[in-house]
Amino acid sequence: MDVILSVVCPVCGCCCDDLEALVDNNRIVDVRNACALGAAKFLNYSRHRNTKPLIRKNGRLVEASLEEAIERSAEILANASYPLLYGWSSTSCEAIRVGLELAEEVGGVIDNTSTICHGPSVIAIQEVGLPACTLGQIRHRADLIVYWGSNPWSAHPRHIERYTALAEGRFQKAIWKRYLSRLVFESASKRRYRVASLMFKGGSASPPAPEVFSQLLPPSEERKLVVVDVQRTRTADLADFFIRVEPGGDYDVLQALRALIRDEELDVDEVAGVPIETLEELADLMVNARFGMIFFGLGLTMSVGRSRNVEAAIKLTRDLNRYTKFLIMPMRGHFNVTGADTVFTWQTGYPYAVDFSHGYPRYNPGETSAIDVLTKDDVDAALVVASDPVSNFPRKCVENLVKKPLIVIDSHMSATALVADVVIPSAFVGIEAEGTTYRMDHVPLPLKKIVEPPEGCLPDEEILRMMLERVRDIKGRESS
Amino acid sequence: MEFTLITGRTINQGRGKEHGKFSEEYLVNVAVCEMNPEDMRRLNIKDGMNIRVTTEVGSVIVKARKSRRIKTPGVIFMPYGPWANAVTKPESEGTGMPLLKGLKANVEPTKDEVSNLKDLLIEAYGSSKIVKSEEQKLWM
Repeated sequence: MDVILSVVCPVCGCCCDDLEALVDNNRIVDVRNACALGAAKFLNYSRHRNTKPLIRKNGRLVEASLEEAIERSAEILANASYPLLYGWSSTSCEAIRVGLELAEEVGGVIDNTSTICHGPSVIAIQEVGLPACTLGQIRHRADLIVYWGSNPWSAHPRHIERYTALAEGRFQKAIWKRYLSRLVFESASKRRYRVASLMFKGGSASPPAPEVFSQLLPPSEERKLVVVDVQRTRTADLADFFIRVEPGGDYDVLQALRALIRDEELDVDEVAGVPIETLEELADLMVNARFGMIFFGLGLTMSVGRSRNVEAAIKLTRDLNRYTKFLIMPMRGHFNVTGADTVFTWQTGYPYAVDFSHGYPRYNPGETSAIDVLTKDDVDAALVVASDPVSNFPRKCVENLVKKPLIVIDSHMSATALVADVVIPSAFVGIEAEGTTYRMDHVPLPLKKIVEPPEGCLPDEEILRMMLERVRDIKGRESS
Repeated sequence: MEFTLITGRTINQGRGKEHGKFSEEYLVNVAVCEMNPEDMRRLNIKDGMNIRVTTEVGSVIVKARKSRRIKTPGVIFMPYGPWANAVTKPESEGTGMPLLKGLKANVEPTKDEVSNLKDLLIEAYGSSKIVKSEEQKLWM
C-alpha cells in the first residue's frame, strides 16, 4: 500500500494541503486529515460515475466513441451563434485557460460558478477594493475573527481549525480550552434548567444559557471569535459572541456599525433585530482588536442588497483601519473558483460573465451572467464543464438550458449530464489528474494525481483542447 | 402563514453531493425543509412529515425537519439543490445573482410523496430527455 503525502483537497476553497491518501492497487482505501466533505469525495468519487462518452440519439443517450462525442460537440458549438460555456470552478486552471480560448473561438459567453456564489462580492470589490492577506497571516496574528453570513462548520469544515479560532498560531493561541470549558458550563446549566423545570413543572425555572456570551468574553489579549448570522449555526456555537440578524438585515447592521465606529449616536433601540447595546459592544471589540479579520459568506451575497451588503462590509473594514488593522476575505466555495476568477481575469481582463460575441471580451453582470442569459433565453447551445447547473439554477433558467443542445464534460453522472445531448466523462482533477488550483486567499497550489483514471477518461484540459481543434477545423482556421 | 425561505449549504448536503446526485444520501439530506418547532406546532406539522413549500414561482414537496437552530419564527431553511431551486426566482436585479436567501414562501402539510431527483426532473422539464430505464446503464 502506498501513502501519498501532501495531497491537496479538491473540495472547498480551503484547499487543505496536508491530506494523506492510502492507495492500494489503484484504489484509495483511506484518506487522513480530511474533513467530512474531503473524505466523502476521496472515498466515493467512483460511485455514480459514467466512464463512456454518450450521445443522444432518438431521444436516448447511447454510448459513443470519444471522437464521435468530440465531433458532435464541436459541431454544436461551431454552429451556435451565442453559446454559453459554464462551470469551470471544479477543474484546473490549465483547463480553464483552454475553455477561454474556446469561448473566444465560438464567440460565446463564458461564466464560472462565481456568478451564483461570490459574484456580488466581485462587483463590490471592483467598486471599493479589498484589504486582504493570506490565511497564514490570520492563523498566526489575528486576534479577532468575525464570520459574517458564513457557516464554515458546514461549508469549509477545517477553516476554523487550520486558519482561525482553533488554529495554534505563532502569536495567537487556539481557543480550544475556552471553548471546551464553555461547553461544560453550558451543558451543566442546561442540566440544572431541566431539573429545575421538572421540579417546578416549568414556569419559575430560569431560562437556558443566553445567546450572547458577552459576560464570558475572554481577556483582551486572547483570540476571540464572533459570528453574525440569521440562524444559530454550529459555527455560532463555537463563538464567543453570536449576533442574530433578521433575514435581509445585514446591510442595516453593517451601516449601523460603521456609524458606531465613527462615534455617532444611533437614535434607535435595535437594528434588524439586534439591540443597539450589542452592536456597541461589537463595535468596541472591533476597534480594540490588534488584528481583526472578517470572513463573509453567501449570507451577504445571496440576500437582499447582494453586492451592496458586501460593499458595506468592505467599507466597515476600511473605516476600522483608521483605528487598527482590519482585513476582509470572501469564503470561496469550490476549490478552484478563485482560480477560475484569476484565469478569467488574466486572459480577458474580467473575472466572470465574459461575453465574446462582439469579438472582444465584454463584462456586464446582470446582462452577460449565466443566470441572466438563460432567463432571457438568449443562448442557443451550452457547454457545461465540471458543474451541475440543472441542480443549482432556478427552474426558469434550467427550462431554457434543457431545451437547447447541451454538452457536458464531467466525471460525475449529474442531473445536468442526464439531460445533456453529449456527455464526455473526464478524469477527476486532484484525484486522477494533475492541475493548479487557487486557494481562497489566491495562493496557487498543485493538485496531485494519486490514482489512474478509468480507461478512456481524459483530463478536462485535453478534452477541451481536442474540442477546440475540431471547432477550428470546422470554422476553417488553422489550429494553433 | 408567510415564511421567509433561506437556502444554504449544510455539511450533509456537501457529503451527499459527493456520494452522487442520485444517491439516497443526497435525497434524504437535500429534499428537506428545516423549521422552527413553534411554527411546526402552529401548522400541525410533525418532524419527518411531507410538506409543500410554495413561492410565487412554484411549489415542491419535501420532508419537514425540526430545527432548534432556527430561533426566529417565520424562517424556514432548505439546503441548496434541485428541490430548493424548484421554488427560487431567477431575477438577478442586475447583479447576476438570483435571490436565494430571503424569499417569501408558504408551507402546508401534504400527503403527496417527495419526488426523487429523476422524477423531479421529469416533472419539471418533461420526459423528452430523461428516460427512466436508462438509469442502470449509465452508472458504474
